[in-house]
Amino acid sequence: MAMQFYASPEQLMRDRSEFARKGIARGRSVVVLSYSGGVLFVAENPSKALHKVSEIYDRIGYAAVGKYNEFEALRQVGVRYADLRGYSYDRRDVTARGLVNAFAQQLGAIFGEQSKPFEVEVCVAQVGASAAGDELYRLTYDGSVTDEPGFIAMGGQSEAIASNLREKHSNEHDLRAALKVATEALGSIGGENGNPRTLSAAQLEVAVLDRARPGRAFRRIIGAALEGLLSVPDSDAKPETDAKADADATPDAETGTPSEE
Amino acid sequence: MQVTTGRSSNLFNAPVGSSFTEFLNLAAPELLPGRRPLPPGDHGAVAPHGTTIVAATYNGGVVMGGDRRATQGNMIAQRDIEKVFPTDAYSVAGIAGTAGIAIEMIRLYQVELEHYEKIEGTPLTLDGKANRLSIMIRGNLGAALQGLAVIPLFAGFDLDATDPAAAGRIFGFDVTGGCWEEQGYSSVGSGSVFAKSSLKKLWKPAMDEAGAVRILVESLYDAADDDSATGGPDIIRKLYPILAVVDAEGVRRLTDDEVGAVVAEVIADRTANPGV
Repeated sequence: MAMQFYASPEQLMRDRSEFARKGIARGRSVVVLSYSGGVLFVAENPSKALHKVSEIYDRIGYAAVGKYNEFEALRQVGVRYADLRGYSYDRRDVTARGLVNAFAQQLGAIFGEQSKPFEVEVCVAQVGASAAGDELYRLTYDGSVTDEPGFIAMGGQSEAIASNLREKHSNEHDLRAALKVATEALGSIGGENGNPRTLSAAQLEVAVLDRARPGRAFRRIIGAALEGLLSVPDSDAKPETDAKADADATPDAETGTPSEE
Repeated sequence: MQVTTGRSSNLFNAPVGSSFTEFLNLAAPELLPGRRPLPPGDHGAVAPHGTTIVAATYNGGVVMGGDRRATQGNMIAQRDIEKVFPTDAYSVAGIAGTAGIAIEMIRLYQVELEHYEKIEGTPLTLDGKANRLSIMIRGNLGAALQGLAVIPLFAGFDLDATDPAAAGRIFGFDVTGGCWEEQGYSSVGSGSVFAKSSLKKLWKPAMDEAGAVRILVESLYDAADDDSATGGPDIIRKLYPILAVVDAEGVRRLTDDEVGAVVAEVIADRTANPGV
């Protein structure tokens, strides 16, 4: 029979933190930010079926990085929590804050009581009447919660992405500008020799909580709509056929973009 | 896993699938319709009843309409009740029967569809939605036999349909949960006998949306003409039937102005020929 060695609580918690951090840092990043029209979620995610960004409720969205099965389980808990609460009270009684508290308890309990913590980092965002009213919460593997107005970057090398966002982010941006800021921030890391990468529509999962939409505000931006938003801004002025041609000629168009920054 | 909801704890790890109703059964069973035992007897007179719902398909979608009257015995309980509800982005349900139970059922059904869509990441098929509603009606059978029946009419746009003329579909139900697809048009409720006869003469294949709206308003007028529980258009209070269109763009409720214009046309025609 194995000997039971003593490990101090500090040591145990430190080890778990380190384990969780390593797991999270392996994954690709997610950026969540407020813009004039709502809250934008951008994840670097080549999968079209396995989402990192999802709808929880009318005005509440969810983004996560880390281990898929763990953040997916947490997301389902969130949907059940929100739907139960909305059904038993009223749809307006479902708030991001309530949901975040439920998540925090869950993550905290797992971190403290189980030998393996969740390797996840989660953002819960609620769109408000104006960008100032948006609520962006970040939850980490140990159940700690921070309220970060404006933007959140999570996942691998999130510090570098966050500092990039800090320079460029503005609540006044429209969707196109906000998406540009987010994709540039995500592309600012991971390139060869420290060079920035240009991310294409196929590498991104993009969704918004649309401030103007009544009821369920969550909307995915996919396919041609996403390519159109990612294409160079002055294609706005061009006729539709030209804009399409730009999107088709992706490699050329994209190598052209950095000079415009 | 454990999450405290304020209502009940340790239920979020329960082995439930994508159904909100099944989850509710574990988390807060007291909120489920059909869980409340009723004393013996017929209770049909205790609560207001909704009456006539009509629906018709057209080339590109389906329209559903309902009158605005709720009755309790020989009294008019409410003049402006709404009985046609969007159940998700591409479907609507209209309810006839005991209003309180029907509205509760539709509310749960709306959450059910949305919950499935969120958990699974994809919506149910239109047939799946209809079957889900029939299960809920079946759950109410005990109360229905004691006078508290709910019979909905369900319609939606089938996103999997290849032919736009066949994309709008209507499903009818019986009190035991039997679910049938209706061809072209259908109606439920006390005025449905008259509304269906009216629609039988007026409905044509390959109508357009405006045509379908018009015949639904006509059929509700006919139902109100002969059924005391169905309310006609109330032009004094500007209370017109509720009409909801479902097409490739989703569900859209017609505005009072839009319906009011159609009602005015129908009334003008009927003034010229009241049909004795």
